[in-house]
Amino acid sequence: MKKLLEVKDLHISFHTFAGEVQAIRGVDFDLYEGETLAIVGESGSGKSVTTKSIMRLLPQGNSEIKSGEILFNGENLATASEKKMQKIRGKDISMIFQDPMTSLNPTMTIGKQIMEPLIKHRDLSKSEASKRAVKLLDLVGISKPETRLKQYPHQFSGGMRQRVVIAIALACAPKVLIADEPTTALDVTIQGQILDLMKDLQKKIETSIIFITHDLGVVANVADRVAVMYGGKIVEVGTVDEIFYNPQHPYTWGLISSMPSLDSQDEELFVIPGTPPDLLHPPKGDAFAPRNPYAMKIDKEEEPPMFKVSDTHYAATWLLHPDAPKVEPPLAVQERQAKFRASIKGDK
Amino acid sequence: MAEKLLEVKNLKQYFNIGKPKEVRAVDDISFDIYKGETLGLVGESGCGKSTTGRTLIRLYNATGGEVLYNGVNVHGKKSGKELKEFNQKMQMIFQDPYASLNPRMKISDIIAEGIDIHGLAKSPKERLEKVHKLLETVGLNKEHANRYPHEFSGGQRQRIGIARALAVEPEFIIADEPISALDVSIQAQVVNLLKKLQKERGLTYLFIAHDLSMVKYISDRIGVMYFGKLVELASADDLYRNPVHPYTQSLLSAIPLPDPEYERTRKRQAYHPDVHQYEDGEDVRMREISPGHFVNCSEKEFEQYKANYNHNK
Repeated sequence: MKKLLEVKDLHISFHTFAGEVQAIRGVDFDLYEGETLAIVGESGSGKSVTTKSIMRLLPQGNSEIKSGEILFNGENLATASEKKMQKIRGKDISMIFQDPMTSLNPTMTIGKQIMEPLIKHRDLSKSEASKRAVKLLDLVGISKPETRLKQYPHQFSGGMRQRVVIAIALACAPKVLIADEPTTALDVTIQGQILDLMKDLQKKIETSIIFITHDLGVVANVADRVAVMYGGKIVEVGTVDEIFYNPQHPYTWGLISSMPSLDSQDEELFVIPGTPPDLLHPPKGDAFAPRNPYAMKIDKEEEPPMFKVSDTHYAATWLLHPDAPKVEPPLAVQERQAKFRASIKGDK
Repeated sequence: MAEKLLEVKNLKQYFNIGKPKEVRAVDDISFDIYKGETLGLVGESGCGKSTTGRTLIRLYNATGGEVLYNGVNVHGKKSGKELKEFNQKMQMIFQDPYASLNPRMKISDIIAEGIDIHGLAKSPKERLEKVHKLLETVGLNKEHANRYPHEFSGGQRQRIGIARALAVEPEFIIADEPISALDVSIQAQVVNLLKKLQKERGLTYLFIAHDLSMVKYISDRIGVMYFGKLVELASADDLYRNPVHPYTQSLLSAIPLPDPEYERTRKRQAYHPDVHQYEDGEDVRMREISPGHFVNCSEKEFEQYKANYNHNK
C-alpha cells in the first residue's frame, strides 16, 4: 500500500508562563491510502495536538514545532507557508471536530457553509456549488436537502449537525480526513449511525481517515490500525486485531482491562494507578514507569525504543527486550491473547 | 424483597405548561428503589433521565405524581426543619466536575458547606478533621484541603464532588452521569470508589448515565427511558440478556465493544416508535413480563413479548 502521509520524529512544545510544555516528544507514524488509523490515549496524551499540527491549526505564538517532518505529497507541512496551507486545508486534508454544536457558524446557513470550500477550492460557480451541496447533504443522509440548505445550525439536532460537518469536510473529496472525537458528544444510537456513515463514505470517496478517540469500543468498530499514545509519544502501534487481542505495552493492557465487558461479573475494575505525566517536566526514562506495575529498573533510567513484534506491530516497552523477565499480563489481556494465538493457529 | 427506600408514583415533570411549547420531560413514570441497591437509569439525551433525578431531589417541583422517601412525600409541604432533614439524607453528584465546584471556594469549604449547614461539626477543629477524613475516603490527601478547584484534574474534581456529597452522611445518592466527562482509566477509578463506598456505608444509588457498559457493571437493576417514559425495568443481567422492548434492543445493539471481531459482525437495530401501532385509547402501561421485569406495552404486545421472552430464555 502507498504511504499518503508520513510523520517523522515530531516534537511540539507549548510556551507557557510556567515554562516549556513538551506536548509531543518524538512521534512517528505513517498513514496509508484508504485506511483508517485510530489514535487512542487519555486527555493530555497529545493525540489532538499531533493531528492539529498536521493541519497547522495550533495556536500561533505559544506553540512551536521544534523538529520533525510531516510529509504529504512530497511536501513538508511542518514548514509550509500559511498560504500553502490554506490551499491544502479543506481540499486535500480536512477535519471533523468533536463538538458539532460549536464547529458550525451559527450566523451562516448550512448551505453557505457547505458551498464555501467548493467555491474556494474547486472554483465552482454559486449555482454549481449549490447543486453539489444538495448532493452532499443527500449523501450524508439528510432528507429534503433543498429546504435544509437554507436553514441555520440551530435548526438541526446534534447528530444532524455532525452530518453537516461531515458533508463540509468531504465536500472536496479530501485524501486525508482527520476526525477528532467525532462521536464523543453524541448518543450511542446516533454514534452508531455516524460511524456507519463515515465507513460508507470512506469507500465511496476513497479517503484515508485519522480517527482520534478515547473510546476503545469505537476504535474496534472503525479502525484498520491503531496507535496508542501516552505522554506525548506513540507507545504501541499495530493492526486493530494485534492491539486488541495481542497487546504488548502495559499501558495498553491497562486501557483494555479498565473497561467493563458486558459479561463481566462482580470483580473490581482494573485501574491504572496514578495520573498522567507532567509534560512541563517530562520524566527521565519511560514516562509510564511511575504508573506501571511491571516497571523495571531500566524503565526509570532509559526510554525504551520501539521493539518489533510483527511487521505491522511495534511497542515501546522494555518488557520486549530479550533479556527482560517474562511477566503475566492482567487476566482480561491473557484471555484475549489466548484467543489471538488460537486464531493464528486456525489460519495456518 | 428488600425494604423500599424510595417510591416514585406517576411522576410527571412538564415545562412550559399550557404554552404551545409544552415539554413533557418526564411523563408519568413509576418505580421503586430498594435500600442498598443501585438503580441505573439509561436513555438518550433528552429522554428525561436527568430531569427525573433532579425532580426526585426536589430541584424541580413535580408537575404531578408523588415521590415517597421512607414513606414521606418529598414534594409535600414541609417546614424548614423537615426540609433540612430530608436534604441531609439525599445528595447529588453532578456530571460536570468543572462546573459543579465553585472556583472561588477552597476545597475544605466546598466539602464542609453541608457540614456547616447541618451543624455536624461542633468546633472548627472537628470540621477540619471531618474534611481530612473525607478527602482520604475518596483517595485524596489532606494537603488538598487548602487548594482551589482549578488545581485539580477532572478525576480528582469528581472525587471532591463525591466527598461533598458524603459530607452530610446521606443514605441516598443521585449520581447524574458522574463519569461521562472523565477518561476511561479515570472512570474505572471513580466507579470502583462508588462501589467501595456503597459496600462500606450501605448507600443507595440512582446512577444516571448513557454509557451502557458502565451502567451494567455498577447497577443491580436498570430502567430504560425513552421520550419521558420508562419503557423497560429489570435486573441488570436480565435486561442485557433478554431485552424485550424494541427500544431497549436497539440501544443494546448500539453499544460499541472493545472487540474488533464482534464489531465486524454486529448488526445494529433501529427503533422507530411506529412499530407499536397503538390504537387510540389503547391501554399502554408497565406490565410485568416475568418477576421483576417490567415492560411498557399494550395488552396485545404483552402476550407477544411474554411468548418471545419465555422462548429466548
